[in-house]
Amino acid sequence: MTVQELPGAGASHRFTPPAWSPRTDAAPLLPDPEPYRVLGTPAADGLDPELMRRCYAELVRGRRYNAQATALTKQGRLAVYPSTVGQEACEIAAAMVLEERDWLFPSYRDTLAAVARGLDPVQALTLLRGDWHTGYDPREHRIAPLSTPLATQLPHAVGLAHAARLRGDDVVALAMVGDGGTSEGDFHEAMNFAAVWQAPVVFLVQNNGFAISVPLAKQTAAPTLAHKAVGYGMPGRLVDGNDIAAMHEVLSEAVRRARSGGGPTMIEAVTYRMEAHTNADDATRYRSDAEVEAWKAHDPVALLERELTARGLLDAEGIQAAKDAADAMAAALRDGMNADPVLDPMDLFAHVYEEQTDRLREQAEMLRAELEAGNE
Amino acid sequence: MTTTTAARPVAKPATMAQALGRAMRDAMAEDPTVHVMGEDVGTLGGVFRITDGLAKEFGDDRCTDTPLAEAGILGAAVGMAMYGLRPVVEMQFDAFAYPAFEQLISHVAKMRNRTRGAMPLPITIRVPYGGGIGGVEHHCDSSEAYYVATPGLTVVTPATVEDAYGLLRASIASDDPVIFLEPKRLYWSKADWSPETPAAVPGIGKALVRRAGTSATLITYGPSLPVCLEAAEAAREEGWDLEVVDLRSLVPFDEETVVASVRRTGRAVVVHEAGGFGGPGAEIAARVTERCFHHLEAPVLRVTGFDIPYPPPMLEKHHLPGVDRILDTVARLQWEN
Ligand SMILES: Cc1ncc(C[n+]2csc(CCOP(=O)(O)OP(=O)(O)O)c2C)c(N)n1
Repeated sequence: MTVQELPGAGASHRFTPPAWSPRTDAAPLLPDPEPYRVLGTPAADGLDPELMRRCYAELVRGRRYNAQATALTKQGRLAVYPSTVGQEACEIAAAMVLEERDWLFPSYRDTLAAVARGLDPVQALTLLRGDWHTGYDPREHRIAPLSTPLATQLPHAVGLAHAARLRGDDVVALAMVGDGGTSEGDFHEAMNFAAVWQAPVVFLVQNNGFAISVPLAKQTAAPTLAHKAVGYGMPGRLVDGNDIAAMHEVLSEAVRRARSGGGPTMIEAVTYRMEAHTNADDATRYRSDAEVEAWKAHDPVALLERELTARGLLDAEGIQAAKDAADAMAAALRDGMNADPVLDPMDLFAHVYEEQTDRLREQAEMLRAELEAGNE
Repeated sequence: MTTTTAARPVAKPATMAQALGRAMRDAMAEDPTVHVMGEDVGTLGGVFRITDGLAKEFGDDRCTDTPLAEAGILGAAVGMAMYGLRPVVEMQFDAFAYPAFEQLISHVAKMRNRTRGAMPLPITIRVPYGGGIGGVEHHCDSSEAYYVATPGLTVVTPATVEDAYGLLRASIASDDPVIFLEPKRLYWSKADWSPETPAAVPGIGKALVRRAGTSATLITYGPSLPVCLEAAEAAREEGWDLEVVDLRSLVPFDEETVVASVRRTGRAVVVHEAGGFGGPGAEIAARVTERCFHHLEAPVLRVTGFDIPYPPPMLEKHHLPGVDRILDTVARLQWEN
């Protein structure tokens, strides 16, 4: 049935909708067909040796940080630790490409990115130790609180970047999310807002293969997660998340683009979570040892070490220096974590409202009385 | 105000809708960090026209039509507040705020607490709520119970034109997130009012005795205030002299004003449109009982909406607490063992 045949539809009602102008440059938004790589390709000829040596030191430190945090879980010092072994290149590159005035919006897994940005490792881990939800002043470090509800930090990044632009500051927000998080409504809303507002935001999706136990194929039917960007009107980049040179380049480009008013970019980093989701998870239930083994061959630390050694940019001495620095960080982290935090139960009522409500004052008095009775 | 020669501003008839718009306008004029955002708030001035003229006066960047996405709106407001702005967010209708609840509960309400005071969020969330306007499904919810059950949120609701202005200014000035519940059936209520008149009403956290009385206290707020005042007038014929307390602020809750009133009258009825089970009235009745037990001549009673999904418009009059139901309940306060 055409419109004319519809009962009551007369020719006199013909109406020409106003012109609508879709983006005509959809093609440049499309992600690369294969993850972008630098290490082990001719593109590696152009690497900046100094930058790569710094990346190497950071990667080694990051690996050590993961090992130490995991050990602390086994000792009961951390309630839980979501490891980023295998994902260090993503975490570190994300921190490295930001200027001091920029903001990082991490998820609960991204403590390493916060540490690579300069946050004290102990402060980064208080959420997971259980003494306080956010162990640092977000404004001081320009690191938003680690977000546990998936993808909910993404609209915050958009709002902050938008506000910075309204105030005339060339500040960029970089927001991190997992592959599972891309299925959440907040991911969609943030991407759409960012594109409509042309907000200076970089979305970094770490596709580490699984959302707890659910593989990517059950998470999305899209060819890649990077494809999702196209529909919002922003470029989607597909990059090898284990290749820190590629990560650094693609992220830098996106940050530059955002800073210069070019709008948001979404980056899918293809990587792999080598360890279980957390210590509470049994990864053997949903993936094979063979799969894990295969990814070991593509380890981010080994990948860079191989490249730099082959090019004569790193020697045994350099490797040892990186290891020593990492050990020192781990020792400090151990010490910091072995000291029991001093907690004041009255803090429970301290930061609910700017001004204490009568109700909370009453409850605080009740707790104080209980504490005093208990101390006798 | 020290000059005595200046002519006093003339109070003219104004609607609650106009007072709300004026509150935002004045806040935006005084403070460049105040930003209004939401669906249709710009060119259209909002579906209730509360933000009428703001985009024209302050530009699209200060009064922004956002994409249609409540979680996105509130989530973006969080980031904006993190960067030092004071967003005033409009949720188009009570039931359309629900997609934003994750942002509201997990982040807006908790940010100050989880950052140990380092990052307060001065966000005002305006929610037109309640029924009585013949709205179709999903346009008439009384959602205050969800908000008051969430620690970290301040929840206020004006019932008069003067309060609409005063409480909205106070909410925008607050460094805590405020749920600003606008009784949409009072949008067109009028009063002689001028924004230049120094605020005669207290700010957030104070209840007001709107009508003094001796026989019993009606405790209410928002859309039910005019109903209670009408009931109090009608009750005179029955020989009841009812006091009416307007809470104005659900969190913080002004227990002292309520308790003082009930201790004077010895009887209390809580009135609201929201469902009774787990509604704010349950909390208030419990608090009054705890604090006034020996002063009470009868149990604290409640007149509330039924515990049903909001009914279709042709039936809403049966659901909403009306004068008769309030009077019937007041009659039950003549308690006999
Ligand atoms: C809104 C929400 N739903 C469920 C969870 C529980 N949960 C924690 S992590 C996780 C999987 C996340 O997977 P992904 O986004 O891929 O990130 P990854 O853990 O792989 O870094 C789930 C379901 C949550 N934190 N938030």
